[in-house]
Amino acid sequence: MAYTKRFDGRKFDEMREMEAKVGIIKRATGSAMFRAGKTVAIAAVYGPRGLFPAFLQNPKGARLKCVYDLLSFSVTERKRPGPSRRSTEINLVTEQALGPVLDLTKFSYMGLDVYVYITQADAGTRCAGINAASLALADAGIPMKELISAIAVGKVSDKIVVDLDKAEEDHEDGATDLPIAMAPRTGELTLLQMDGNMSQEEIKEALEMGKKACDEIKEVQIAALKAKYSEAKK
Amino acid sequence: MSKEENKSILVKERDIVVPGQELADGMDYLPSEGAFREGDKIISSKLGLFNLDGRLVKVIPLGGRYIPKKNDTVIGKVSDVGFSNWRIDIGWAFDIMVPLREGSREFIPNDADLSKYYGPGDLVVAKILKVVSTKIVDASLKMPGCRKLGSGRVIQVESSRVPRIIGKQGSMITMIKESTGCNIIVGQNGTIWISGEDPAKERLAENAIRKIEAEAHSAGLTDNISNFLKKESK
Amino acid sequence: MKDYIKSVLDKKDRLDGRKFDEFRKPIVITNDVSSKAEGSARVKIGDTEVIAGVKMDVGKPYPDSQDKGNLMTGVEFLSVASPEFLPGPPGPQAIELARILDRGIRESKMIDFKKLCITEGELVWNVIVDIYTINDAGNLIDASALAAVSALKNAVLPKLVDDKVQFGDFTKTPVPLTLTPVSCTVYKIGKHLIVDPTKEEEDAADGRLTVAVSESGNIHAMQKGMEAGFTIDEADKAIGMAKKCIEKLRKELK
Repeated sequence: MAYTKRFDGRKFDEMREMEAKVGIIKRATGSAMFRAGKTVAIAAVYGPRGLFPAFLQNPKGARLKCVYDLLSFSVTERKRPGPSRRSTEINLVTEQALGPVLDLTKFSYMGLDVYVYITQADAGTRCAGINAASLALADAGIPMKELISAIAVGKVSDKIVVDLDKAEEDHEDGATDLPIAMAPRTGELTLLQMDGNMSQEEIKEALEMGKKACDEIKEVQIAALKAKYSEAKK
Repeated sequence: MSKEENKSILVKERDIVVPGQELADGMDYLPSEGAFREGDKIISSKLGLFNLDGRLVKVIPLGGRYIPKKNDTVIGKVSDVGFSNWRIDIGWAFDIMVPLREGSREFIPNDADLSKYYGPGDLVVAKILKVVSTKIVDASLKMPGCRKLGSGRVIQVESSRVPRIIGKQGSMITMIKESTGCNIIVGQNGTIWISGEDPAKERLAENAIRKIEAEAHSAGLTDNISNFLKKESK
Repeated sequence: MKDYIKSVLDKKDRLDGRKFDEFRKPIVITNDVSSKAEGSARVKIGDTEVIAGVKMDVGKPYPDSQDKGNLMTGVEFLSVASPEFLPGPPGPQAIELARILDRGIRESKMIDFKKLCITEGELVWNVIVDIYTINDAGNLIDASALAAVSALKNAVLPKLVDDKVQFGDFTKTPVPLTLTPVSCTVYKIGKHLIVDPTKEEEDAADGRLTVAVSESGNIHAMQKGMEAGFTIDEADKAIGMAKKCIEKLRKELK
């Protein structure tokens, strides 16, 4: 059956309501929360700091390590504590999504840790995590070429959409999940995954929609970064 | 400054800027701390305040860990005593090192027990002499201002706020010292030592410093702190 | 700093001016912070923050309690909360905390396990409470205890259809509860006893005693931690201090 109206009434190229806040975890060097609809991610950055064992140390720059996971009660059926194959993969793609814009050359032999946890999951968790992590890295004063913005685009039944929620991912006619992350200035995709059934043309269309969405997300991220300090300025 | 040169600066002095934000256009300006050149443009790499210093485009960071710099006065804890050096933990990824000859203005014989001068756990004020690499930072314990610190309240603030806490020519910190009667030493690494007649006065000094840390970018900060000290002293 | 903190306590003062039996303000408890959980709560004591959630499932009862449901309590010191927490399985501190919280809930009979029985010998409800640290500014123990209890007080049963849980479909039936245990940990620095330490005070402490008390006024769980010993008088004094603080903390729960 054709998908003529989105479950929550959004337009096909409309994102869920977003919310971002920076500096939410005082002990961390940098931290942030990013919410897309009902999906909530928190991220904390520690470092650059010491890295052990010594054989991991790199004279060229700090070693970035990302850890992502879902809290046990963030999902409908309890997620058992401990890393899963899924979270291990997401650690890696998160590192690869953020790494290209970070300048870690001045921090040789050191480590930079980024921790992302999903406190409430309603699809698009790795993207919300990357958005939160990007903010946390800026909050931590890590030299960055630019921010990274992420969104999941895809196809629900026969329609190309932006920002799928869980209900859409579970659509009885099938759905394709295409999470992306972009460095908006250079226009480069630093995260590109896909899971489903789409033609090449459809993918191109979805990516163009995703690019527009990332530009909007970037504005939300920038506002959150500035808000932390414009409150102090008053 | 001619109208053409004005047009090539894209932001205002003390504007809050974010990583990836364009700051200047053209080849008239040079990127300095917190900024980098990409083709024709100068771009911010940090979340911070824009500052134009002659032809240098800078971003004063609003956060981030302390990075050791030559001539900085820092406060740290002796972590290890060797045969010919002391290692001090200043919150950097690696301990800084004070060689025997920099330990004291008095002569230290080669076979001396160095822990008699500074033992593990001692709080000290040191001066950074040379930053060879992230791992190798040389410091002195005999330069003016260096000393072992006695019992006192040790607090940690964001190192990016230290200039505001000290104030122009030390005016801010002097105001706090005079108002509370406390002896206060501020390390560039954000470690601050406070010692006064009683805990209430030390607490007042700490609260004033925390207030500066929180409101570092507000206008009229000096008056605010002055009023705060007057009010709380009663 | 440890000697300095002791000297301030000797002068009958604390770093931030609080009384020895005074908790930081504000204490903020927010319920229903995670919509997929059967119950959840976030607790902030000063800058210390933890989040707890309740998930439920069904299963076979244990052989020695054929007519009772079960409780499992987990604590994870998330690496976001402190530079000292690194990713990995819960260490002894986290496991100790989970077991302390579990004992408080179990021994006060907070959960009416018999009412969680669906079919004796066949099917019972399992309640799983997971607590995560978000920011460690001292006294994670008491913040975690409040979060766990608050999450349970707001937890509801999921729908059960033909003995199968309809995950995501909540009923309005609350988890059957009786008494509410509230915990308070008294810390020993030198010979001084204080509650709700900041991180600096916690690092300067030599010993601690956690006490869980229900509305009955009776104590249901205790745990002495760290290396210093408590004399009987000190333990008695600590229990008295804890009871007093617990009555105030209880008012924060809704």
